[in-house]
Amino acid sequence: MPAPRIQVQGFTACFDGKPAVKNLDLEIFPHERLAIIGPASSGKTTFLRSLNRLNDLDPGFTHSGEILRDGKNIYDADVDVAELRRKIGMVYAVPVPLPWSIYDNLVYGLRLAGVRDRATLNERVETALRYAVLWDEVKDRLHEPANVLSGGQQQRLCIARVLVLEPDVLILDEPCSGLDPISTGKIEDALVTLKERHSIVLVTNNTKQAARASDRTAFFLLGDLIEVGPTAQLFTKPTHKRTNDYLVGQFG
Amino acid sequence: MKRDRLIGAILLVVALSAISGLALITVFIFREGVPIILRVGAGQFFLSTDWEPSLGHFGILSMIGGSLAVTVGAAVIGVVFSLGLAIVLTQFAPPALAAALKPAIELLAGIPSVVYGFVGVVTLVPLIRHSLGGPGLSVLAASIVLGIMILPTITSIAIDALQAVPRSYVEGSIALGATRWQTVTMVLLRAARSGIVAAVILGMGRAIGETMAVIMVAGNALALPHSLLDPVRTLTSNIALEMGYASGDHRQALFATGVTLFVIITLLNTAALAVSRRRAGRRRVG
Repeated sequence: MPAPRIQVQGFTACFDGKPAVKNLDLEIFPHERLAIIGPASSGKTTFLRSLNRLNDLDPGFTHSGEILRDGKNIYDADVDVAELRRKIGMVYAVPVPLPWSIYDNLVYGLRLAGVRDRATLNERVETALRYAVLWDEVKDRLHEPANVLSGGQQQRLCIARVLVLEPDVLILDEPCSGLDPISTGKIEDALVTLKERHSIVLVTNNTKQAARASDRTAFFLLGDLIEVGPTAQLFTKPTHKRTNDYLVGQFG
Repeated sequence: MKRDRLIGAILLVVALSAISGLALITVFIFREGVPIILRVGAGQFFLSTDWEPSLGHFGILSMIGGSLAVTVGAAVIGVVFSLGLAIVLTQFAPPALAAALKPAIELLAGIPSVVYGFVGVVTLVPLIRHSLGGPGLSVLAASIVLGIMILPTITSIAIDALQAVPRSYVEGSIALGATRWQTVTMVLLRAARSGIVAAVILGMGRAIGETMAVIMVAGNALALPHSLLDPVRTLTSNIALEMGYASGDHRQALFATGVTLFVIITLLNTAALAVSRRRAGRRRVG
């Protein structure tokens, strides 16, 4: 196994003193798709939002333990949070393009990062759209408002606007929860290509999606990581009874 | 059923009498004011600064200039402080502070304008006279007093506009590496733009219609202002100051001043409505 890109060590996240993720140890490797499954309020989203420090926006958020990215704790005082968020790109459950054109959505992150050169912007936009399997559908109307796209296209746009920043890790929070099966398939296809360049963390409520679209799967329950392993193994021979109960649908 | 219809009919009569009262006032103002404009000549009436009612000279340009100067000044001051307040209260202040400050700001709207004017005369006017020169009674003094008076209007509408921006825009922007401040300037203000513009226009409508406080601090001189420290007379002040002794043509000319105000304020309100209705219309960035 190559060196992990992200190492989570003894990480606990609390809101108003109540732990949402407890003493978590987990590694994320390059070129892998890690699925995170578990019932509601098991800490999946909290974990995801800890990776790009989006939980910092919540005044009640506190944490302990470490999340190391290339060996450095992302919660250290000297970390550039904006840069971190560009390198750990997040996609939300509900696609929310900003109320601008498709093109402006795509270049927003780059402009924030100080990229001004037209040619670079255009080139990165095209590459990102191709990786997100959206280029053919929007190449002739980049300057139309983003909200005229369908839900599935908007979600791929949201993925593309993260990809233009060339992140190390792509974190997706139930990216297909509002999409039809065809759109879902397109996004899952995109993930296969994307893992060539990025680590992917996919939170999903759909265990079938985890089985289809991941290399390893982690099972969370009430803030605890119950087990993590290669997806095929976890789904066929889970080590823990509670994992098995969840997979066969006994709760959650 | 029968009673419902009866109550409906009564309410209709009440509503119609309120509206027809307004309509009658409008008709009356125009009937009194428009003839003198036609007699003097619109060009003369609006473009001359010569206001000498005893000689039959009715030119209201200095008052139009005064009203515009004071309103624009108030808008500048009001917008800077209101937008700042609205942004801090919705984005940066702890919720408890925001919850305490918002009613306090709205309370400002309940203070009678004569009190604002009085505070202005007692504190602001001498301060301007001593530190900047001039008579103190000036465009600047009126702009500051009016700016504070329209602060609650602009702030509360701007807060509504900012709060109407979906939280997911803010989170999406921050997740793409924007700071809070970049998110405010590039996402929030842009998304809330139409609401904010409407707020500013409504604030200007209030400022141009304000009378009491302006009479007290603006100096009421009959001349176009050449600097912020010059005293001015506004359209509203003109009516209030002279109505006590005006008669005949003079009285009609004051009504004509009212017609002018009426038209300006109607235009401002229409613009505010148009802007706020156009929400989510074309949105492109250069």
